[in-house]
Amino acid sequence: MIPSFRALALAVFLPVPAIAAVEIQEVTSPGGITAWLVEEPSIPFVAIELAFEGGANLDLPGKRGATHLMTSLLEEGAGDLDARGFAEATEMLAAGFSFDTTNDTVTVSAEFLTESRAQSVELLRDALTAPRFDDAAITRVRDQVLAVIAQHENDPSEIAQTTKAALAFPEHPYGSVLEGTRETVSSLTVDDLRTAHRNALTRDRVKVGVTGDITAAELGPLLDDLLGGLPESGGPSVDEADYALPGGVTVVDFPSPQSVVLFGHEGVAFDDPDYFPAFVLNHILGGSGFASRLMEEVRVKRGLTYGIGTGLSARDYSEQIVGQFSASNDKTSEAVELIRAEWRRLAEEGVTEAELEAAKTFLTGAYPLRFDGNARIAGILVGMQDLGLSIDYIATRNDRVAAVTQADVARVAARLLDPEALHFVVVGQPEGLETGAF
Amino acid sequence: MRHHLTALGLAAATFALPVQAAEPGVTTFTLDNGMDAIVIEDHRAPVVVHMVWYNVGAADEPPGKSGIAHFLEHLMFKGTETMAPGEFSEVVAAQGGTDNAFTSYDYTGYFQRVAADRLGLMMQMEADRMRNLVLDNEDMLTERQVVLEERAQRTDSNPGSLFAEQRMALQYINHPYRIPIIGWRHEIEQLTLQDALDFYETFYAPNNATLIVAGDVDPEEVRNLAETHYGVLEPTPGLGARERPSEPPQIAPRRLAYEDGRVSNPYVIRSYLAPERDPGDQADAAALTILAEILGGSGATSLMGRILEQEEGIALYTSAFYSGTSYDDTTFGLVVVPTPDRTVEQAEADIDRMIDLLLTEGIDQAQLDRIKSQIRASEIYNLDSLQSRARQYGIAVTTGLTVEDVEAWPRQLAAVTQADILRVAREVFDMDRSVTGYLTKPTETVEATQ
Repeated sequence: MIPSFRALALAVFLPVPAIAAVEIQEVTSPGGITAWLVEEPSIPFVAIELAFEGGANLDLPGKRGATHLMTSLLEEGAGDLDARGFAEATEMLAAGFSFDTTNDTVTVSAEFLTESRAQSVELLRDALTAPRFDDAAITRVRDQVLAVIAQHENDPSEIAQTTKAALAFPEHPYGSVLEGTRETVSSLTVDDLRTAHRNALTRDRVKVGVTGDITAAELGPLLDDLLGGLPESGGPSVDEADYALPGGVTVVDFPSPQSVVLFGHEGVAFDDPDYFPAFVLNHILGGSGFASRLMEEVRVKRGLTYGIGTGLSARDYSEQIVGQFSASNDKTSEAVELIRAEWRRLAEEGVTEAELEAAKTFLTGAYPLRFDGNARIAGILVGMQDLGLSIDYIATRNDRVAAVTQADVARVAARLLDPEALHFVVVGQPEGLETGAF
Repeated sequence: MRHHLTALGLAAATFALPVQAAEPGVTTFTLDNGMDAIVIEDHRAPVVVHMVWYNVGAADEPPGKSGIAHFLEHLMFKGTETMAPGEFSEVVAAQGGTDNAFTSYDYTGYFQRVAADRLGLMMQMEADRMRNLVLDNEDMLTERQVVLEERAQRTDSNPGSLFAEQRMALQYINHPYRIPIIGWRHEIEQLTLQDALDFYETFYAPNNATLIVAGDVDPEEVRNLAETHYGVLEPTPGLGARERPSEPPQIAPRRLAYEDGRVSNPYVIRSYLAPERDPGDQADAAALTILAEILGGSGATSLMGRILEQEEGIALYTSAFYSGTSYDDTTFGLVVVPTPDRTVEQAEADIDRMIDLLLTEGIDQAQLDRIKSQIRASEIYNLDSLQSRARQYGIAVTTGLTVEDVEAWPRQLAAVTQADILRVAREVFDMDRSVTGYLTKPTETVEATQ
């Protein structure tokens, strides 16, 4: 290293850039539906993101997969149009709709041109409020879902997810696959789908984010057109998920040159006062990019894996810290030991001032860069509402990261990280690893 | 239900409509040392994407050195005469930025996404590693292990990827597109420091690179910064045109059947050698692009989707794929995943039936109109993503096209007629230039040995 360049780099080291000028308006429709809006008139289209809280957690007993199959059928015929008619109408308008199910939400992402806004909203409204669930469409999409279930049974990453979820949450929907099983999916009836629709898509569940070429005055009536036909409320309540997985290893035999490994234990909720220290801590441990301790130890120094990362998973009914990597079968146990050692080192010693500063600089500097693109911003607006954040949160967020001290991280590391509680689910044929406690 | 199709592992074989807009706010310049630059202005957010694209990829590797282009891409993060290994990414992160790189057959690219006022620092570091890379053998050996793990994760653990590798090896008889980008495992294991340095010193030069800057920038300022940082670099003298082994006439259909115990949903892929977009000559590629949409662009409304998925209910998934951005001949492909009660042989017959139907019955004008409506709209939607706009230009110029070709492309697509589509269909569907592949699971329910 030639010092002169170091000096040069420091000389151009500028302060963290100002937060992007994202001005969020809260819009309430005449009918009482609320949305968050960022006007962006420079490109003549609008992105809308809807998130209905509940999602696949709302599946009734014995009906696992009903919410997912229902959501998959929303664009397969609605109102006067059958599946093909709906697709042709969407293509002619050049609108884009996508529908997705997670355990916590049903999400809808829509993009449409300013010139065909009214017709596009009408189509999307029909998909949300008047899906047909025609027999032919149910049969076809059900077969596709069964193919996906079959695919997952042979996919080591999916096997790892499924295994870990089942061990962690034996009593909760989180513990089973949201697509359902062959048996449940095969037995779902059109009535089950209508019930799932009635339960999952209600006005009190929905969060709305809108970004693009539309004004607040135009958006209000649009919200009523789009969502006013949904029932006000409904659906079962969902219980908290009790985490039931003690520390140890679970090996699932799978013939492959590599093992896929998922690991983790309980985490921190977003509304916990320790969340931001934990967020910074996770970045140093296994966050994005090449800079994390786990990337350094497992990939850069030893070449044991192509990539390793960890994240704080804050779902509606559980919090975890989770990580993942793949490694050749003869290297997996070494990587597992390294992870446990790093977990312990961080819990006992905390982080250095230099690590903390680098993490805070990255996290605060990267934040304003998220706000580029209508669809991205619409998604962020929904995410904020989902977490119950205030509308001025964006302006305060970096201060919360910047306020994290070395002592905070050390305290939270000692509270959060427990190498004895870590559980590794290993799918492959790892050498020297067996199911059991450490 | 299109989102499930990725779960079937076929997403890599499909392409969204590759459309670029004739956009305002796009400017170009060339430095004295031969480095080209493209600036795309977008002032919505104070963000910039900075990319350097090299006109070199896996198809330019010396014989026996497969994977060296991609391996070198990894090693580019290891350090220079003035930067320690890993420091590049550390400095980017210290600016709140993110960085990465990618390698394909025809190009290798490096990019950072940062606050717009950090552009000069990114250029300074990227220019530095264009000419001043320093590698030591220990770093090289560790990183080679990382690449082997990458191959194990992305290829060896994925029957669809192994199948694709085998198909490409048959599709190209002589051209290096037959060799996987990441390299064959036995050759990666033998790559050396000197292999990487030889490749680097020849191809990593300003006269073999294009700078792309997209975001909240002023083109004049970009030019000044580029002259300061890149303008001082020495070009590689005598760097000639890209010359690669070319294909002989293909005179016989090829077939393969790959079995893997990890396959859940067997499928068939038929691919044909096809012309790519050439500078000033994109009409056939435009017609082929729309042909792919007609045949397999939608599970509900394309010919294959409508008949095989919807009306007859005999396919779980159908698709057609064609990407015109390729330096040399590309492929046109058709995929059918049959329902579990059908065989891959029947699925192959369905593909042939759909081609015959297209050639005998012609094209539905209403369908063509809808496709063109989507193409027009995609010019608007495309403006939303800085990164993808930058990538579109980068891919185009490293596969032999010009900025003018990029800007002409939407007009080319709009001008395609029914007659054009049928003409290119008759030309491209030539069995002598085809590969038909079956991906299935072994018939006995024994454990796979892969």
